[in-house]
Amino acid sequence: MHQLPTVTPFFADKQQLLSEILGRYPNYGQRSALMPLLWEVQRAERHVSEARVAEIAEILGLHATEVKGAMSFYGTYHEHPVGRYHLQVCRTLSCALAGADEMADFLEDELDLVNGETDAEGRFSLQFVECLGSCGTAPVLQVNDTYFERVSRSRCRALVDAMRRDALPEPTRERGGDNEAAEPAVATEGGAT
Amino acid sequence: MSDVLDAPKPITSRFDPRFETTLYAHVGAAGSHTLAYYQAHGGYEAARKALGMEPKAVVDEVKASGLRGRGGAGFPTGVKWSFMPPVDGRQRFIVCNADESEPGSFKDRYLLEDDPHQLIEGMLIAGWAIHATKGVIYVRGEYYHALERMRVAIEEARAAGILGTGVLGSGFDFDLILHRGAGAYICGEETALMNSFEGLRANPRLKPPFPAQAGVYGLPTTINNVESFCAAVHVMRRGAAWHAAMGTDDSKGMKLYQVSGPVARPGVYELPMGATFRELIFDLAGGPTESAKALIPGGSSTPLLPWSEATLDLPMDYGTMAKHGSMLGTGGVIVIPEAKCIVDAFYNVVRFYAHESCGKCTPCREGVATWLPKMYQKLLAGQGTREDLVVMEDMVKNMRGTAFCPLADACAMPVQASFKHFRHEYEHLVDTGTSMYPRRREWAE
Repeated sequence: MHQLPTVTPFFADKQQLLSEILGRYPNYGQRSALMPLLWEVQRAERHVSEARVAEIAEILGLHATEVKGAMSFYGTYHEHPVGRYHLQVCRTLSCALAGADEMADFLEDELDLVNGETDAEGRFSLQFVECLGSCGTAPVLQVNDTYFERVSRSRCRALVDAMRRDALPEPTRERGGDNEAAEPAVATEGGAT
Repeated sequence: MSDVLDAPKPITSRFDPRFETTLYAHVGAAGSHTLAYYQAHGGYEAARKALGMEPKAVVDEVKASGLRGRGGAGFPTGVKWSFMPPVDGRQRFIVCNADESEPGSFKDRYLLEDDPHQLIEGMLIAGWAIHATKGVIYVRGEYYHALERMRVAIEEARAAGILGTGVLGSGFDFDLILHRGAGAYICGEETALMNSFEGLRANPRLKPPFPAQAGVYGLPTTINNVESFCAAVHVMRRGAAWHAAMGTDDSKGMKLYQVSGPVARPGVYELPMGATFRELIFDLAGGPTESAKALIPGGSSTPLLPWSEATLDLPMDYGTMAKHGSMLGTGGVIVIPEAKCIVDAFYNVVRFYAHESCGKCTPCREGVATWLPKMYQKLLAGQGTREDLVVMEDMVKNMRGTAFCPLADACAMPVQASFKHFRHEYEHLVDTGTSMYPRRREWAE
């Protein structure tokens, strides 16, 4: 696969990160770095372009089509950029029993998007997804990598308004069940520094 | 055998004074995810104990505990560990399946987020037991918060000499690779997970060879669920007899059950195996908030049970669920309200499996991923016929046991159960063109 000449390689100035990722895996298993490399690109660029696919293939000594083949297997790698706020609505049974279909309808109306679309401004993408493992705190709305749980109509409306002002609030972690305690999701992030 | 007759009655209720929570005891406590908290609460004592024993003795202890895999299949954990071939100098792997994605299941997420060191300790014990110096934790892509908590916990453990060369002052080297998945249910199937980890498309592999013979990179591998590793910690800390004193004949120890749907307090609850649905749904979760007609016992792939006093009194264990035509699965109970159309509910379930089919096998690609959802759409559009119902039943019958991996079965079994117990709702829909229970507003204001 030829290198597209106009594109600066993503990892050109990230050699340390690259060797850290490759270093996680044994010499005979370097191909395991495929998914982490895709994730790095996507987190930074909100999608993985053809040029990045080719770059990752070259890093791993694969054909681009092998990288594309693996990438296309998964629902969470994007070929086209998603919006700044990628809204993922879980519609599977437990969330559906808590009103997820209505939340999906509400977001379609409110954002004037249908499932899979991104708005012209690049602010919102809307995607309906399957079970996010938040059945006890349904319905759940995932915004980029963050879960917002027990999203009622009023909470959903407030979230959308906040994102329109680029003021997404910190989520509250909720559990339900044993040891129910809500806590700020980020403030308690601790451990080794 | 008089000692058997005199033996104390096994613990099968959360309200038995001898029961105390272990797996989930620290979830929700401030700072429970840190090494300092974990060590202040007895953390890594079980690993030290295991490292002082012969690996085979650790396997025997887990065997004697009666622990069965908590990921859904319920295979005896110690027996699985004993399948590893003799040590021959090749690298061996212990893999944690943290690709939790069976609808109705959400226990592993809280273990990963709020007690990551418990998992590290469990994997360390398992690694020692099977002579594996490398571990892999495969976390589903959406669990980003869990992934970050695990990443920090692994760094903490390395800095404290709990992972790396000569762990905990022993001669044993052990380290972990944390790997992020990308949203594919099929990666919960162990061989698909391994392909995914290797950077391949996540199609399941042919078995045999089983992972113990040819797993990650073709090397000897053992793979267990998050909760199974965590349970192993408590088996080592308190002994096999302590674990085996809980539960029923074929189901020992404690289990994280989950309950979702319209109940007062949905969530994760730790109970001894063999506790009843009534104890989970009423005593702990506060009971249904509206009239219920069925429950799904262990994640959406497990056949539903009609709601009745008798059902509620069933012990939630492997054997009882099998006897009643279902499975314990992940212990993820979903309560289905009277007012929810069964056809609509199971279209939802089918849509999930259709989305997650990898497309490798014909029965699954054509049945699960293509025709079954189309048939449901036809019914729900009021266009179905009685003949369609016969075709659907025939179709799901032909999906049973005919695909490479259990995904087709996971879709077919719950559909079959919905026909068995609620065929009248399907018939009402095709006969009248309208559902017995029209869609209603369910979203909280």
